[in-house]
Amino acid sequence: MQGAAATPMVVAVDVHKHFGPLHALQGVSLEIPRGEVLCIIGPSGSGKSTFLRCINQLERIDAGAIWVDGELAGFRRDGDALYELTDAEVARQRLASGMVFQRFNLFAHMTALENIIEGPVTVQKRAKKEASAEALALLERVGLADKRNAYPSELSGGQQQRIAIARALAMKPKLMLFDEPTSALDPELVGEVLAVMRHLATTGMTMIVVTHELGFAREVANRVVFMDRGRIVEVGPPREVLVDPREQRTRDFIAAVLS
Amino acid sequence: MDRTVVNTSAAEAKPVGVTSAYSIAHLRHVPRRHYGRWVAAALILLAFAAVAKAFAEGQIAWPVVAQFFTAPAILSGLANTILMTVCAMVLGIALGVLFAIMVMSPNPVLKNVAVFYIWFFRGTPLLLQLLLWFNLALVFPRLGIPGLFEARTVDVMTPFVATLLGLGINQGAYTAEVVRGGILSVDVGQTEAAKAIGMTRLTTLRRIVLPQAMRVIIPPVGNEVISMVKLTSVASVIQYAEILRNAQTIYYANARVIELLIVAAIWYLVVVTILSIGQHYLERYFSRGRGDRRPARAAAAAPEAA
Ligand SMILES: Nc1ncnc2c1ncn2[C@@H]1O[C@H](COP(=O)(O)OP(=O)(O)O)[C@@H](O)[C@H]1O
Ligand SMILES: [Mg+2]
Repeated sequence: MQGAAATPMVVAVDVHKHFGPLHALQGVSLEIPRGEVLCIIGPSGSGKSTFLRCINQLERIDAGAIWVDGELAGFRRDGDALYELTDAEVARQRLASGMVFQRFNLFAHMTALENIIEGPVTVQKRAKKEASAEALALLERVGLADKRNAYPSELSGGQQQRIAIARALAMKPKLMLFDEPTSALDPELVGEVLAVMRHLATTGMTMIVVTHELGFAREVANRVVFMDRGRIVEVGPPREVLVDPREQRTRDFIAAVLS
Repeated sequence: MDRTVVNTSAAEAKPVGVTSAYSIAHLRHVPRRHYGRWVAAALILLAFAAVAKAFAEGQIAWPVVAQFFTAPAILSGLANTILMTVCAMVLGIALGVLFAIMVMSPNPVLKNVAVFYIWFFRGTPLLLQLLLWFNLALVFPRLGIPGLFEARTVDVMTPFVATLLGLGINQGAYTAEVVRGGILSVDVGQTEAAKAIGMTRLTTLRRIVLPQAMRVIIPPVGNEVISMVKLTSVASVIQYAEILRNAQTIYYANARVIELLIVAAIWYLVVVTILSIGQHYLERYFSRGRGDRRPARAAAAAPEAA
């Protein structure tokens, strides 16, 4: 039995996912140690989002297995059988990870502050006062304390995404998943979101970031994964994968993004 | 060539870069004349006057209208109409939400039960359903849960209970479709974000999806409340003492048919008007965060440094 500190944060073993006839993930295996910042790059439709969504069980995997924080995702093992977990148990497992979406997905009928305290108060049953105090600290951290009473429709994309990051962090997750967090933003707003993520990386948070921001990946990532057509093509430190890739497909992709 | 010549002649008065042929800002605006509207208004006023005159001189005893407007039987009928509207709508909305969730459930048993419910109660006339409930004693002389309680059906199925079941359950079948439409109108991203912070399916519905679906649900349900006020009059066939039935009871005795119908009509209009005003405020409340506050707060949401 290994200690909790030694088990990787995420272990994916031969993960397969089908959407009807489409084989979106074709045997993805990956280990992500605690505290690592991992960037996933790859062409559109290569399965990056699907892999991320399998990690927090927004998608059900068809074969293989994923462990998050040492716990088998979606199933309980009893002898030789794997029993599918209930809705409530899956919801509990999702507390290990926070997710940030490309389209922000802030709750439209709630203010910034209400968005952030919704999880702590409704899901974790914490006192509203205490949750609000923490939420304000988080708003401070993402530079939006003065926007606490604004509705999402009143905020810019960059501001919404920073609130979304604060909302995920309010649940005190062990792992943060980012699905192209800056792809829906106007170019001048990308920087403010990346700055928040860069700061988060320095706190030792385990982060998996699907991104097309190769500069961010080179600077912040410990490792970079290149995916194509449902498979991991190449994994390695950014200076290898981004600067001097082994695979021709990776090289073509990076050339295409940089051009 | 021409234009440059004109341009130089009146150079000072015009904005930079615009030739004088295009500078018409100093000309007077004459609004379009709506002669058609005046003619239409005059004709309609004339028609109104004719109708008003006919009613004023017709065989209507207006003092009788005034006399019965606040008669105890009319007021108690009004109270019963309002009570039934409220109870039937509460039951209808509760069933509507329940069955909408069931229809969208991954559980095939729940789903099919809900589909059947909607099919049956939307597919048969309300009047027929009311009569079925009222005459339930013919099928089941006694009702109850064995060992717990039991009663004769005729004692349980009073006109009030039969009307409530008839109107409420029928309404539920319609409201279920409205609620389902409302739920579908909420972006799936909202559900995913809720799941991602650890919400279960039901919590997500209650906290995230339904409050946003309300924006789409309230207007049609508001209309249905207004129809319900009037639909309660159907219950007069099974002896529920709502306003129209009480008005009829009175005019069977005193033969003031039109006067009492006018009394009932005015009360219906009063209730419906008040409800319409309430609906307006409810719609405003549930559209919060939907950009309608934007003009007021746009300045506050101006960009600032990261
Ligand atoms: N819910 C879904 N239903 C059907 N096909 C899907 C669904 N989600 C993703 N796909 C398909 O799976 C493939 C991988 O998608 P995705 O993981 O979103 O790619 P990426 O994020 O790398 O652009 C794509 O071909 C996409 O069209
Ligand atoms: Mg994607």
